[in-house]
Amino acid sequence: MSGGAVAATAVEQRDIRSHPSGGGATESKGVGTSKWTPYLLLTPGFLWLALFFIVPTMMLLMFSLYTGSLDQGYSFEFPGNWSTYSAVWDYRAQFFRSFLFAGLSTLFCLALAYPLAYFIAFKSGKWKATLLVLVIAPFFTSFLIRTLAWKTILADDGPVVTFMNWAHITNLLALLHLTETDRVLNTPLAVVLGLTYNFLPFMVLPLYASLDRMDPRLVEAAQDLYSSPWTALRKVTWPLSLPGVVAGTLLTFIPAAGDYINAELLGTTKVSMIGNVIQDQFFVVTDYPTASALSFVLMLTILVLVFFYVRRAGTEELV
Amino acid sequence: MTTAKTGADLRIINTTKRFGDFVAVDDLTLTIPAGSFFALLGPSGCGKTTTLRMVAGLEEPTAGTILIGDEDVTWAKPYKRPVNTVFQSYALFPHLDIYENVAFGLRRRGVKDVSKTVEDMLALTELTGLARRKPQQLSGGQQQRVALARALINQPAVLLLDEPLGALDLKLRRQMQLELKRIQTEVGSTFVHVTHDQEEAMTMADTIAVMNAGRVEQLGAPADLYENPNTTFVANFLGQSNFFDGAVSDRSGNYVSVTVQGQHVSIPSSRVHTQGANVHVGVRPEKLRIQYRDDAQVNDNDNRLEAVVSDSSFIGVSTQYLVDTRWGQELTVFAQNTHRDERLVPGAAVVVSWAPDHTFALDAAQDVDAGVEIDEDAATPDPIGVSS
Repeated sequence: MSGGAVAATAVEQRDIRSHPSGGGATESKGVGTSKWTPYLLLTPGFLWLALFFIVPTMMLLMFSLYTGSLDQGYSFEFPGNWSTYSAVWDYRAQFFRSFLFAGLSTLFCLALAYPLAYFIAFKSGKWKATLLVLVIAPFFTSFLIRTLAWKTILADDGPVVTFMNWAHITNLLALLHLTETDRVLNTPLAVVLGLTYNFLPFMVLPLYASLDRMDPRLVEAAQDLYSSPWTALRKVTWPLSLPGVVAGTLLTFIPAAGDYINAELLGTTKVSMIGNVIQDQFFVVTDYPTASALSFVLMLTILVLVFFYVRRAGTEELV
Repeated sequence: MTTAKTGADLRIINTTKRFGDFVAVDDLTLTIPAGSFFALLGPSGCGKTTTLRMVAGLEEPTAGTILIGDEDVTWAKPYKRPVNTVFQSYALFPHLDIYENVAFGLRRRGVKDVSKTVEDMLALTELTGLARRKPQQLSGGQQQRVALARALINQPAVLLLDEPLGALDLKLRRQMQLELKRIQTEVGSTFVHVTHDQEEAMTMADTIAVMNAGRVEQLGAPADLYENPNTTFVANFLGQSNFFDGAVSDRSGNYVSVTVQGQHVSIPSSRVHTQGANVHVGVRPEKLRIQYRDDAQVNDNDNRLEAVVSDSSFIGVSTQYLVDTRWGQELTVFAQNTHRDERLVPGAAVVVSWAPDHTFALDAAQDVDAGVEIDEDAATPDPIGVSS
């Protein structure tokens, strides 16, 4: 079910982001087009959204208020079974962990993807196309298989963890409660690493797109005007790449917050995320109303976070 | 980093820049005196932009030395040079408004109160009132002035202008040429202006260096370059020239005698730029006087040729004639429309004459067509870096 919530929020997010340009498109009328043309063009998309987003969301909301069980059948009794929403408080730790892990992996993604996207956009020369293909190459293998591979990479006696133990990195990270003293698998770090790995391309591509559009002469101009390379990055390149940063962080954070595969495969029940809870409620406990309530609240929370984030980033101000 | 209140000398000494096998700038030596308006003029790929970028620090020379005043800046980082650039495409920061674009350099140098300086600069460049606009909301001419203001506000010892007017239409370009000249006189910085437009260079610069294939062909005041070119490239690139093949017959006096198709032509010895026996005899089309042959009056000392009009086109201020000489060579003549002679129609027999002081002689080994019609792609801006 959390998959559904993820898809739903992704659609919603696209809706928000397309707003500024979408508004402009309907204002400017081309020669010989009727005033109904824009609405006509919007119809298929609107129908799609209505059928596969608005209706399911309403159903989700209805279902979260149902009483009953799978055996006895579900029914709606006015004013609805609002007690399902108490589960949100019960699972507050998982909610918190979801946003924490999603936030951390988004930051890691940004830190890894920015230099990579910068390199591909400005320094890769004839290798540009090859590198871009390599960025999306992981998609040719199943998400599950790739996540399972991280079990091997982070195995207790594997080279990575052996090295981390030897260099006392695990000890250090254990102080932050990110790992245990001698292992990485089944710890928060493993889940965050898995999320980071899986969503990295979604960060690289929008960053690349916004950096590639930038005129490299602007950096030369900044240097000509007394900016060191670092200042030029801070004052020119970074602000101009903000639309890419916003798009990339949204594309990473939103699906990561609803993800349950990484926590399932690389973590334990002690580090489970809200996605895992929803999945359990649906398929193990078969408490559909509670699962629906949790999904609905997750979606709403992400929506509110994204709303404030986009407002603050103020992408309309940028080119 | 130093800031000069007035300009400083710019010296480029034995500087070479290679891109792989391509020699963009070939052992260039130039001294540009403080406070001058200096133009580097040449076709695409002649090395003028590369020279500019080496002065700005955006390109490292393969060999050579660059001095600003007494400071060796050859290897200095671009942000540590007392040099600012007006880029060809302006390269204004799209995320900053005009005010912040102009203040950018001051802020980077940690100047505390920029408002007075910025407002003065906006006034100088006639941008007051546009301070809070974004660059993309401005017209080409306004953007050009922002680019100029953004560079000038730092009071650079040397201001570099890379085809600054290339993106403007003709009328605006004329206006900005005068504007730039006014501002240069006002601020007194050394201006180094790169252009492929000979008219632009001649309008603005005190001194022009004509560049070709990474080298300076000739350096001098615009009028000197035009009136007394040293090479066929300069003769053709700045304006137009008619050339005859001639052989030197007497070098003894102040005037050198040259024989062109059996006819005697005299040239002041200071305008003969070769020691060889064979020369290209050159004369500008507007220096030629065209007269109907039957009643032609030619001064005794003037050089004269007989010809037949093959074509005439009326251009308004002048008439352009194409005439064929006895030996079948075509000459171009520009005649002011002060006394238009109606008899000068195609087929008319004419006498073409000109003063010896308007004649020049160049080495016959040079290509007569060097530098001709080089600016047909004048409107296309050069791609970054290597091309020019």
